[in-house]
Amino acid sequence: MTDDVAVLGAGMHPWGKWGRGFVEYGAVAARAALADAGLDWRDIGSIVGADTVRGGYPGYVAGATFAKALGWQGARVTSVYAACASGAQAVSTARAQILAGLADVVLVVGADAAPKGFFRPADGDRPDDPDWLRFRVLGATNPVYFGLFARRRMAEHGDTPEDFAQVKVKNAAMGSLNPYARYRSRVTAEEVAASAVVADPLRLLDICATSDGGAALVLSSMEFARRNAPPDPVRIRAVSTVTPRYPQTVLDLPDIATDSAAVVAPASDPFRASIARSAYEEAGIGPEDLSLAEVYDLSTALELQWYEDLGLCAGGEGAKLLREGATGPGGRIPVNTSGGLASFGEAVPAQAIAQVCELTWQLRGAAGERQIPGARVGISANQGLFGHGSAVIAVR
Amino acid sequence: MARTRTPVVAGWFAGGPEDFRLLGTRCSACACVFFPREDTHCRNPGCAGGELTKVPLSRRGRVWSYTDSRYRPPSPYVTDPELPWEPYALIAVELESERIVVLGQAAPGVTVADLTVGMEVEVVPGVLHEDPETTWTTWHWRPTGV
Repeated sequence: MTDDVAVLGAGMHPWGKWGRGFVEYGAVAARAALADAGLDWRDIGSIVGADTVRGGYPGYVAGATFAKALGWQGARVTSVYAACASGAQAVSTARAQILAGLADVVLVVGADAAPKGFFRPADGDRPDDPDWLRFRVLGATNPVYFGLFARRRMAEHGDTPEDFAQVKVKNAAMGSLNPYARYRSRVTAEEVAASAVVADPLRLLDICATSDGGAALVLSSMEFARRNAPPDPVRIRAVSTVTPRYPQTVLDLPDIATDSAAVVAPASDPFRASIARSAYEEAGIGPEDLSLAEVYDLSTALELQWYEDLGLCAGGEGAKLLREGATGPGGRIPVNTSGGLASFGEAVPAQAIAQVCELTWQLRGAAGERQIPGARVGISANQGLFGHGSAVIAVR
Repeated sequence: MARTRTPVVAGWFAGGPEDFRLLGTRCSACACVFFPREDTHCRNPGCAGGELTKVPLSRRGRVWSYTDSRYRPPSPYVTDPELPWEPYALIAVELESERIVVLGQAAPGVTVADLTVGMEVEVVPGVLHEDPETTWTTWHWRPTGV
């Protein structure tokens, strides 16, 4: 086990399609997190930015971009990119700097301004790039992969489109209570069923949108927190950023094929489950200790997959757990109390940071109408392209 | 003038209607098979690295999952914006001897209503799109026995 780091501040810019640049969203979130921590930006020794690939050069050096926007003050700077896990990698980097004694207090920021429609690869003729190839050769958008995973669950576990719709109904109800969510209306199962099919069997309301948004955290050493913050802060106890193990046997974005499992036997737990297991081992806790979870519901069906990969239920029983109401408010283990990606839409480098913001507010008892009473331990989990994934465990 | 037939990616498949095959590579040291082909170094972390040689993949496999694309994919997928969008199915196929799942478009006319998980399919030559000079060729999955 490693030492904890303290979460002194959390801040967000509301998600939406605002038509402005990612720097503004990130700076607003950063100032909110600093105000929440009661710290001046000039007190910050290090800034870690989660990059966006959609903002040109400033997006590739997000740490410096946000530092300049907030006003150069000499802080150590780092910019990281890990696809959808970029925000968690930024948290991981900040934590490592704190635990190594390189910085006492670190600002983590991620923000994105998303285009309309499908995410698409960078321009140019790039046959060595798997992300370019899947579009060029197959037209395989992200929802195509989500559709494949959903159909596989239906065949393997007996999930139904009605089960998937209930994930949206649950998350929309929680998102309606979150002022930072982009979609604030409740949704009915009938509305999901009436929305257009995007990638069979998934419909528009089964698939998360792409959004503008920004999120930020102020993290510090426990020693700094004792001297400069109110007692009993939320603490980050584990950050998992493990990679898959060969052979990767689950078809994963942006790949056209899995690895072959004919010669080397696959590991006993697949990639997503290994992300969670690593976090549990680092924190010295198990799924039975959790008060709540924030998971990456890129699609409704994927949320059910996460229940199993986080060990909230046995393999294949995700839909059963949902039907029992265990993952709704008042249930045994509420999932996506923020409203999830279903209510936010994905602002890629901000999303994993936003998940930790929600854990922070819940563990402080400051989540307003969506508060889970007595929340003590929370986990966030996400997965991105190119073998990236993350899980963060926060406690109080 | 006749169009030139050009594979959308060089070296991933070969052959005509009778002998069409996807082409991977196999490591001479550990026998691991790779598709898309790995030509520089074996990716098995337990292997010191052998010679990678071309190997045809099994022609037939079973549907691991399937879906379709109801909306026009963005570039670099090539479509004619003048024409109404025609959805097509995509199939992920598990090849038994290689224990690998390979994604591909379904043969023209095959829809999700024609497919079930576990159904046997075979790889067949297909056309991705045509421009004035070139017929861009690809692989398609097609249910056997149709």
